[in-house]
Amino acid sequence: MTERDDIIRESRETDLLSAFEGDVPVGGRTPAAIREFGGKYLPALLSFFVVIFLWEGLTRLFGIETFVLPKPSEIITSFIETWNVVWSAGFKTLYEAVGGFVIGVSAALLTSFAAARWVRFREGMLPVAIAANATPIVALAPIFNNWFSITSPLSKMAVVAVVVYFPVMINTTRGLLEVDQAELELMRSVAATPTETMLRVRVPHALPFFFASLKVASALSLIAAIVAEYFGGPQDVLGQYIINRANLFQFPDAWAAILVASILGVAFYVLILAAERLFMPWHVSFRTSE
Amino acid sequence: MTMVVDARGVGKVFGGGAEAVQALTGIDLEMETGDFISLIGPSGCGKSTLLRLVADLLEPTSGELLINAKSPSRARLDRDYGMVFQSATLLDWRTVRKNVELPLEIMDVPTEERSKRATEMLDLVQLDQFADHYPWQLSGGMQQRVAIARALAFQPSLLLMDEPFGALDEMTRELMQQEVLRLWGETGISVVFVTHSIPEAVFLSTRVLVMTPRPGTINTEIVIDLPAERDLSTRESPRYFELITEVREALRRGES
Amino acid sequence: MSESAGKTSSSSKVVRGGFSILAVIVAFVILWEGYKFIWTALEWTEPVNPSNRTLPHTWTIVGALFQPAQRNGPILLFVELKAAIFTLREALVGFLIGGSIGFWLGVLFVRSQTAERAFMPYVVASQTVPILAIAPMVVVWGGKLDIPQWLTVSVIAAYLTFFPVVINTMRGLRSPQPTAVELMRSYASAPREVLWKLQVPAAMPYIFTALKVSAAASVIGAIVGELPAGFRGGLGRDLLQFSQQFTAAPQKLFASVIVAGLAGMVFVGAITLAEHRFVAATRRQST
Repeated sequence: MTERDDIIRESRETDLLSAFEGDVPVGGRTPAAIREFGGKYLPALLSFFVVIFLWEGLTRLFGIETFVLPKPSEIITSFIETWNVVWSAGFKTLYEAVGGFVIGVSAALLTSFAAARWVRFREGMLPVAIAANATPIVALAPIFNNWFSITSPLSKMAVVAVVVYFPVMINTTRGLLEVDQAELELMRSVAATPTETMLRVRVPHALPFFFASLKVASALSLIAAIVAEYFGGPQDVLGQYIINRANLFQFPDAWAAILVASILGVAFYVLILAAERLFMPWHVSFRTSE
Repeated sequence: MTMVVDARGVGKVFGGGAEAVQALTGIDLEMETGDFISLIGPSGCGKSTLLRLVADLLEPTSGELLINAKSPSRARLDRDYGMVFQSATLLDWRTVRKNVELPLEIMDVPTEERSKRATEMLDLVQLDQFADHYPWQLSGGMQQRVAIARALAFQPSLLLMDEPFGALDEMTRELMQQEVLRLWGETGISVVFVTHSIPEAVFLSTRVLVMTPRPGTINTEIVIDLPAERDLSTRESPRYFELITEVREALRRGES
Repeated sequence: MSESAGKTSSSSKVVRGGFSILAVIVAFVILWEGYKFIWTALEWTEPVNPSNRTLPHTWTIVGALFQPAQRNGPILLFVELKAAIFTLREALVGFLIGGSIGFWLGVLFVRSQTAERAFMPYVVASQTVPILAIAPMVVVWGGKLDIPQWLTVSVIAAYLTFFPVVINTMRGLRSPQPTAVELMRSYASAPREVLWKLQVPAAMPYIFTALKVSAAASVIGAIVGELPAGFRGGLGRDLLQFSQQFTAAPQKLFASVIVAGLAGMVFVGAITLAEHRFVAATRRQST
């Protein structure tokens, strides 16, 4: 009971993170989905453009210098002028992020199944997960730089993998364990084997939890990759590019790179959402009234 | 003749040491093929526990319990019984048809046979046109009918129902009771039915077993001698009300 | 769960928690040394070379904490503790500012729908900037504006803290059953009383959940914010510096990573303790 409480509590924390992302419906072809999109996100989109225009207008009006606050137009100009450089840096960083994401998520899945299967293992993993949630995991970056060679993308992937590992592991384990008691009794009443119960009840039940954690992980992986890059390595990646341009006070260039990071982050997130729709079309979040 | 359920002095203790709780004691029960037995009693009288002992979801700590002259676990592995829970317990990610097919999949019934049986069962509970809907698209009563179809899909000889209509409104509840009686008549299955509702127990059963708590035991057995064909007029007959009063008084006696 | 059962389990839980943490540490040391031993014996070098230059013995690492960091200087432990306090102070200042802003914004948004409609979109929009990922740039930017570096780092920590607190304060204030609010109304309580006697106590578990997430994030924010050149005194710079000295003395880097990890745990642990102090009582009533 207490140990389950902790899992629930811990995963409430990762849920909290997923709440920040906001579930943007993708590929919704029904009018209802479009209407929902319009109602929910149009005002946000409008206010976004209002902010951009105000930002541009006020910086011009008061003649604020670029190093204090670059104008949106300067950022866009830089974005276009440095197109090749920033996108090439962006894709190198994305490679690290996705590589680490794949490693971290795979490891988390293995652990989750083990944790769902063996109580002892679960009890051993739990304090590790709680402690890890409290530590600045990015501090491992310099160690991985020295282990896997500072120039190798593997050293950044390792950081991303560890950062991504814990939310995915905690959430998936929770999904596998937090199955309705009646569903387990049902499976037992029809004499299902543990493997059948795992495949037919626990795994489908864990999918929403797993995807919720993937959404968090997709955002975290890009951030973790960029942060890992600050600890040294090749110069042609987003993190190094941003800090180098900032050190030269070329802030519009830095912001253009951040724009690339944001676009890649959103694209990654949307990809996960699409996968979620594909794998669990039955889920509550996709129900439309018919 | 072998008994469907044959219990002699069955007891169940939860936990151990100082915190042990005697949930059931000295349960004797003989159930014949075609019986419709209701277990009724206040919360904590162990009626759901007794049902779970029959289903081999729990193990008795004393006494002897046989299902179709076999151990409960043997009977479970032989799929001798189907079970319906208070919540419909349909798997969200499966369509109505796939939910009914679930036990058949686990029994490795070939695909064609599976789909044929599911169709038959959905016909039986009159939900054939909802076969490809998802559970959330159905009302509570319809969901519970799917659960019944699932329980009957592999043609068990015994149906175990744990307060199946507890969450339904009164009107739906009466319709469902009529439905269960129809299925019972058509299939000749034996039913153990756990309920809180006195009218429900009387209307459905051939026998009502009144249970009392601390420790849970069967206090009184009341044979329901209403005609086999039961409908709205049964609910208005004087005998029906007499039996309701009889069950109520038995429950009262158990309280004191 | 009965009252007595709740009490025994909470005290035994502490013992069990302490025991399992110890068990995990022991298991970790065994894995570490076991890896070194087996990989050395079989002459394997992948994925990590087991030599003392990349994977020092656990005791070498712990030992490094008690040796002078520089010739004739104080021992590494003191140096790193000082750095940890420096970093934690930045994080704490930002955490307190961000937490307060978050709480009061949450209260405002729950009390006034107009305020929520008007400002909530900007609160959400603020989180589209990955502040952690650009923390070093923000510090350089702040430096150009003549803002002290530690203050910029605190602002980053505040930025990371306020959002989870706003969201969870709102969730928590809205968590009481409508009937509970109606009950308070039936007593003719003022909205202020409903807020302090019902909504805020109900929100405490939610707020503490957010605070724990924020505390961890603000320490990360502080460390990452300390990475730009010329920033002295914090854990972030030390990590970079010891990383460059890795070939000469790898154990220093590992030791400072341990201190950084402990710093995070101390911060989050302190908030967990506060949570037990303020929330446990209400939670026990509810179970």
